[in-house]
Amino acid sequence: MTLLDQFQLMLKGLDWPEWAVYLTPAIVGILLIIVFVLTIVIVFIWWERRLISRIQIRLGPNRCGPEGIFQPIATAVKILLKEDIVPDKADKLIHFIAPITVFVPILLIFAVMPFDQGAILVDLNVGIIYVIAISSISVIGIFMAAWGSGNKYSYIAGMRSIAQMVSYEIPVVLAIVGIALVAGSFSMLRIVEAQSIPFILLQPLGFLIFFLGSLAEMNRSPFDLLEADSEIVAGYHIEYSGMKFAMFYLGEYGVALAYAGIITTLFLGGWQGILLPPVLWFVIKIMLVFSVIVWMRATLPRMRVDQLMSFAWKFLLPMAVINLLLVAAEVLVLPAGMLWVMVLINFAMAAVLILLWSRLFTLGGGRVEV
Amino acid sequence: MKFERYGIGIAKGMALTFRHLFRSPITVQYPDEKLVISRRTRGNELVWFPLSCTGCATCAKACPQGNIIVQTHRGGESKFIVDKFELDTGRCMFCGLCVESCPYNALAMGLSYECAKYRRGDLVMNKEQLSVCPDRQPSAYSRPQFEDSLPEQSLLLYDRAVGGQKLTFLPWSKRKRGPGA
Amino acid sequence: MPIKTEPFYLNVGPQHPSTHGVFRLRLELDGEVVTDVEPIIGYLHRGIEKLAESRTYTQVIPLTDRLDYLASMTDNVAYCMAVEKLAGIKVPERAEYIRVIFSELMRISSHMMAVGFYLNDCGAFFTPVLYMWREREKIIDLFDMVCGQRLLYNYMRVGGVSQDPPGEFWPALKKFLAEMPRYIGEYNQLIKQNEIFLARSKGVGVLPRDTAINIGASGPVLRASGVKWDIRKMDPYSIYDRFDFEVPTGEAGDCYDRYWVRILEMTQSLRIIEQAISQMPAGGPVCADVPQFFRPPPGETYGYIEAPKGNLGFYIVSDGSIAPYRLHIYPPTLINITALKDMMVGWKVADLIVIFGSMDVVLGEIDR
Repeated sequence: MTLLDQFQLMLKGLDWPEWAVYLTPAIVGILLIIVFVLTIVIVFIWWERRLISRIQIRLGPNRCGPEGIFQPIATAVKILLKEDIVPDKADKLIHFIAPITVFVPILLIFAVMPFDQGAILVDLNVGIIYVIAISSISVIGIFMAAWGSGNKYSYIAGMRSIAQMVSYEIPVVLAIVGIALVAGSFSMLRIVEAQSIPFILLQPLGFLIFFLGSLAEMNRSPFDLLEADSEIVAGYHIEYSGMKFAMFYLGEYGVALAYAGIITTLFLGGWQGILLPPVLWFVIKIMLVFSVIVWMRATLPRMRVDQLMSFAWKFLLPMAVINLLLVAAEVLVLPAGMLWVMVLINFAMAAVLILLWSRLFTLGGGRVEV
Repeated sequence: MKFERYGIGIAKGMALTFRHLFRSPITVQYPDEKLVISRRTRGNELVWFPLSCTGCATCAKACPQGNIIVQTHRGGESKFIVDKFELDTGRCMFCGLCVESCPYNALAMGLSYECAKYRRGDLVMNKEQLSVCPDRQPSAYSRPQFEDSLPEQSLLLYDRAVGGQKLTFLPWSKRKRGPGA
Repeated sequence: MPIKTEPFYLNVGPQHPSTHGVFRLRLELDGEVVTDVEPIIGYLHRGIEKLAESRTYTQVIPLTDRLDYLASMTDNVAYCMAVEKLAGIKVPERAEYIRVIFSELMRISSHMMAVGFYLNDCGAFFTPVLYMWREREKIIDLFDMVCGQRLLYNYMRVGGVSQDPPGEFWPALKKFLAEMPRYIGEYNQLIKQNEIFLARSKGVGVLPRDTAINIGASGPVLRASGVKWDIRKMDPYSIYDRFDFEVPTGEAGDCYDRYWVRILEMTQSLRIIEQAISQMPAGGPVCADVPQFFRPPPGETYGYIEAPKGNLGFYIVSDGSIAPYRLHIYPPTLINITALKDMMVGWKVADLIVIFGSMDVVLGEIDR
């Protein structure tokens, strides 16, 4: 029984007409989510720039408002004021639709994000599967942007992006199935409620696989060869400027927010915490996950495309399958209430598996004879 | 059994960047905080001492680009009186060869680096704009007699504390905003 | 039935964030694999060799600064050595030691810049660059203290150096030498064992030993391919035969070896500077007595040194007047990039940038 359902019952009790009872909670919920997403994305933009600057022993933006908190707004205004250039050889329709196709599915993911006990827009009972399905639609959007620009650099980026995003879906889904086995359901609300011990302790290997897979889905370092600044100068959004580029930019941080929210829900216990209100705990955990993502961006070089593919298929996928088998065996065998045993077994198996598999795993590719 | 490539390199690198979060930044927020520049700086201007100059134009011959124009006429006691001593600081690369070659120590490099002008024509300095005066002091490049009167340079090696300019985060009230503030 | 495919031409153009300078590379791709490479240079040509014909020998020195603008001291040293060889001028002892100290400091700074930007090309968004630039800032502050400029020094003169370093230079230099090994250890911790970096650079862009010798490569590129050739040991100029240092070499000749050779050379340079400080005479002239418009005897000479990028040489022809009759510059990086086709064909687009970054080119030198 979500909060919005209770709101709907209350409206029915007040004898409102049918369509108003149906529409009002939906619109209220959607507006709240959009406000949340846009605000936190702006905070993310600021936080990323300040954190990377402090890692690189320099000050970040600190002029535009106290400590630079109005810098993202200045960035947004700058992007909006730019001229919208469409190249001559571009396919006009596809060039126009691509940013929308990339951005809208990301907003749709927030429909199943639990902010509090019962505070969710729709409590789907296939919640997490819906998330994976929707986020795959942005892949088409990226390919449309790459092809429709009429630019060889973005064409290379598009080819790489399809390969990358499709191949990282599978380990991600298998890690999620492991979570669902322990929680007993796919619905996001149930998964949070089932976490008496946060699932990051119960399934460290699953967490690692999901984290690395979602970094690849987000096109973030070290898998950011879609927009590799040093090779294919900005990749698939080379030819975009103005509001369309703003959609891509927002979409990038939006998907980081979405995946940070999913990781918090699945692995860190969602909104559970002591003393502070649950929504605040949710936001704190999201910021923590995002900080780790930014930390990885600041430190690591990026991988080449064939090394990326072999990492997905030869390292993450077998690990994910073995993890799934292990979790299934434990859920079958162990009696309820002995979850601490599972923690110990899983940590030991994770360490052993990673060490052993790294001996077998060689990063593929090499010189091709021409 | 030797284990390699299992992720320890990445972990070590990330530990190092995490440690750097706790070091203070080395940024200097110009124009609110300014560093003390070197004593021998070859700043963006030149300083001319009219009393020592004899108009021999050795500096003009030493310049690789021919930026200096010296025009004199004969005065009393077989001395030259300098009519025009013009230097094009727009073309100048501030190499200092003119300063080194002057036999009478009449030319020196300047200390200032904030010499931007709005027009290219304004960058051609005549002798009034080049003469030494209280806000155009010479630097010690090739002129060791000025070295003691200039403050010591602030070095990053000493955490920029030498030179009396230890960097701090300026509080918001003390920062000037906007261009040219 | 074989499918008919067309080659795909891509222009890694003059304006690109990772060609270090204005360098154009015309690629022919088959999917993502490179099948042909054609470098096109000349976008930074300024006519330094022609300009030098109408300037006196001392006035050419600021022009040579602008060749390899990231390592100006060694450019100056090479030119001044060539002119001194031509005219038979003897450089005083103290000036020789000062030249050695500044050349080695310049080598450290140039290698740090090269390694930092090599990692930037690999994708590590500027973090290694900024860590290395902190140390480079310390070196540049020292240069600023001595000659007043931070990038283009114009410090060496024909017959020595232009000024003696001030009194506060020596304690600062000793503090720098004491701190530097710890920072090099930090760089190694960040980079050396990083699995992603190893996967990007080990085995990539191999330059075989025979190819390197045949094309006349020099500098860290040659030493990484296994050839122990350093002009400071093979044909010692100035006073390098008085110092005890090693010449690091690599084995495989790939990008990782070129990076590691540069790091090892930085530690060797620190050794040389320490020995030079202890052996230096306390006082004495810093420049030989050379007139402003001096005329060397007619003849020709070729003077070369081990610059950070390789074997930098100056060929000067004099006809007895105050300006050189002909000045020709032998840049190391121009000869090194003739090997690009052998190294790049068969690799992917992403490796291209990595290989080019490991060669450490500066366009000012190539185009002159």
